[in-house]
Amino acid sequence: MSEIILQIDGKEVRAEEGMTILEAALGAGITIPTLCHHEKLEPFGSCRLCSVEVGTGDRAKLVVACVYPVEEKLVVRTGSEKIDRIRKVILELYLAHAPDASSLQELALEYGADKDRFEKEASFCIHCGLCVRYCNEVKKKNAVGFVDRGTRKEICFVPEIASRECWDCKECFPLCPTEALQAAYVLIEALKFPRTP
Amino acid sequence: MPLINSPAELEKLRKGILAERDPEKRVVSICAGAGCVASGANEVIAAFGEELEKKGLDAHVDAKGTGCPGFCEQGPIVVIYPEEICYLQVTPGDVAEIVTETIEGDKVVERLLYLDSATGERATLEPEIPFYKHQLRNVIGDNIKIDPKSIEDYLVVGGYSALAKALSFMTPEDVLNEVKAANLRGRGGGGFPAGQKWEGTRDAPEPTKYVIVNADEGDPGAFMDRAVLEGNPHSILEGLALGAFAVGANEGYIYVRQEYPLAVENVLLAIEKAREYGLLGENILGSGFDFKVIVHKGAGAFVCGESTALMTALEGRVGEPRPKYVRSNIKGLWQKPSVLNNVETWANVPLIINKGADWFTQIGTEGSKGTKIFSLVGKIVNTGLVEVPMGMTLREIIYTIGGGIPDGKEFKAVQTGGPSGGCIPEEMLDLEVGFDELTKAGSMMGSGGMIVMDEDTCMVDVARYFMDFLCDESCGKCVPCREGLRQMLKLLTNITEGRGKEGDLELLEELSEVAGEAALCALGKSAPNPFRSTLKYFRDEYEAHIKEQRCPALSCKELIAFYIAPDKCSACGNCFKKCPADAIVGGKKLIHIVDQEKCTKCGNCFEVCPSRFSAVTKISGVPVPPPVPEEERTITGKSKEK
Ligand SMILES: Cc1cc2nc3c(=O)[nH]c(=O)nc-3n(C[C@H](O)[C@H](O)[C@H](O)COP(=O)(O)O)c2cc1C
Ligand code: SF4
Repeated sequence: MSEIILQIDGKEVRAEEGMTILEAALGAGITIPTLCHHEKLEPFGSCRLCSVEVGTGDRAKLVVACVYPVEEKLVVRTGSEKIDRIRKVILELYLAHAPDASSLQELALEYGADKDRFEKEASFCIHCGLCVRYCNEVKKKNAVGFVDRGTRKEICFVPEIASRECWDCKECFPLCPTEALQAAYVLIEALKFPRTP
Repeated sequence: MPLINSPAELEKLRKGILAERDPEKRVVSICAGAGCVASGANEVIAAFGEELEKKGLDAHVDAKGTGCPGFCEQGPIVVIYPEEICYLQVTPGDVAEIVTETIEGDKVVERLLYLDSATGERATLEPEIPFYKHQLRNVIGDNIKIDPKSIEDYLVVGGYSALAKALSFMTPEDVLNEVKAANLRGRGGGGFPAGQKWEGTRDAPEPTKYVIVNADEGDPGAFMDRAVLEGNPHSILEGLALGAFAVGANEGYIYVRQEYPLAVENVLLAIEKAREYGLLGENILGSGFDFKVIVHKGAGAFVCGESTALMTALEGRVGEPRPKYVRSNIKGLWQKPSVLNNVETWANVPLIINKGADWFTQIGTEGSKGTKIFSLVGKIVNTGLVEVPMGMTLREIIYTIGGGIPDGKEFKAVQTGGPSGGCIPEEMLDLEVGFDELTKAGSMMGSGGMIVMDEDTCMVDVARYFMDFLCDESCGKCVPCREGLRQMLKLLTNITEGRGKEGDLELLEELSEVAGEAALCALGKSAPNPFRSTLKYFRDEYEAHIKEQRCPALSCKELIAFYIAPDKCSACGNCFKKCPADAIVGGKKLIHIVDQEKCTKCGNCFEVCPSRFSAVTKISGVPVPPPVPEEERTITGKSKEK
């Protein structure tokens, strides 16, 4: 693996080829906010909180740090007026669903996000996909998945698999960024009241 | 049919077919595209068959179903060759007359010819019809001449000669360079230069490569790709084979939406025929080049047309965009270098190889070469598919070809580029169509949707409508799109329903920035376009809705009222009879009144009120005048019998 030197927030950072900006930044002690990221999982790129700016001048563009691969001499800015504005709105959109989630509240404080900006629609799930992906990629059980699409998307346990696998595992529960018991709730719902297709 | 083993054999075969076909022989072409079939083309085709047989003419006259020539509004369309006499809206009942008069008697059936409503003149020949006269139909021009189920028909119009030329006289680099020199830009969305995309795939070290046709055509109201798929499937296969040859692929995919059964049928048949003839498969025309094509039926959503989602779907997984920054021409389908192009892009390739990049670049503007097919719909006299040179102005397309706005209404805006395109106002009608020109105007080329709107269209409601579509079609993976668009839709709905507040527009602009900058795929990134462009050009309409609860186009139901002007009402009773909600209070010789409580705003009364009275009006932003007191409603001294 060849070494790559890039610049993050004016600081020279050493990274290895194939790393993402996020990994390089973490290695250099630079924090970038994330919600759907997990080091054991493939990048998902769904929360877009880790949006950063790469390039300079006219060629500057917004990319997500959890996916974008490091390049030699890449110039990265992890914060700017625009980036902060975008993060703030993303948090506000999330807070409409999970106004009391502590991980969101902490970030809200940092970015000045107003939890009442949008009409509340508490659903708790913010579709980060951590439970779904963990079950699929790490446990390889696929006991929980997404159903439907767009604004109707939900997580859903597959009763046949869940009744066999979940009680002894429950490793996804603590991954949930909004409500540790959210996955538990959906699991029990699935087992007690299986959806009729 | 024996396998063709060389370009020379192909030419021999072509000559043979041509020799058998007498150019003077009468051919009756009947459009068998989905639009005409829906209006009864199959029955017309059958009727011609029977009638010709009955009269013993079937040996001398060919009657065949063909591809769609685009004038769908006037279907079923019949063109009689060699004269090119064009009959419109033909029914099985007209067939006997056409056979007797035109085929046997060499006379035209006047009443079936195109009638120009403005001048009262009729056009006998297809190329004389104004709708066609100003088009340049390089891609769909052959549709009406060929039976898409017949490979011989395609060969007669020169089919597969570009492939033969490339395989015998050109290297893959030559083909690539020709496409690059032609500056062919993608017809499916972004207008990315095809040659540049191909080159990336060609140069990628990975030896297995793919070429893919995007035939998902998810834009509501768009059907240009369908017309080519159904009407001239071999032209796509030939283009795809040329692309595969250029980049070094041996396998191609056609991702076609399941809702296009006729397209699937014709494409599958075309592949089978091409294989039989040795124009696909192993050692094509004896050149050593192998290429096979697989059709994949997409059951998918709109977002499946997005390049990474389409490839994910081809791999058999849920069609969601991938969060990748590596271009799919380097790492695409199954992580292999893959060229994905739109149907129309591929169909242009044989033309470029046959006629050369110089020919192609003569047509168009600086940055946009060749022609583009648009699907012209909405408030326009001539609805249909139009293929025009890039650089034609919107005004020419809408007025000269499209025949302008029907019912004497005023033009208001044209929405181009599909659901995430933008609206272009009257002042900009002289804009030349091209990729960069449309983007600069705040819209886009997209895949060529063109929806014309008249004065009765509310631009805020237009933005709401497209947002509703995109919200529904969002895959839900990323937040700026899933949540951002949902909030934008809520705000736009509130505005159209009179619940808009100060600050809504600023919030919408903020959400537009977040989606436009931070969404994962182009669906979310371009979704704010309809809002942004309507705000840019029609801000006053937004403000009227928010500040005055007024819809200037008198279209938003929650903001309008139907009101009968007492001095104009002549008690004809039409509205009274047609109101489904019993909301009209009236009677013989009584001024009629709309009971605002009961009115559901269906608009029936407005439609049926005779224009000589025009008593029913729509009002918005002002209170409805109180009804005339009951004792004063009798109409006196005025004759109602007019
Ligand atoms: C949401 C979305 C839907 C799309 N749908 C289509 C489609 O139906 N057909 C198409 O050819 N391209 C579609 N595209 C564009 C493709 O992503 C891609 O750019 C195109 O197929 C490339 O071919 P071209 O360069 O020949 O246009 C879509 C893009 C997005 C973001
Ligand atoms: S922008 Fe919309 S459609 Fe595209 S990945 Fe995000 S949620 Fe899915």
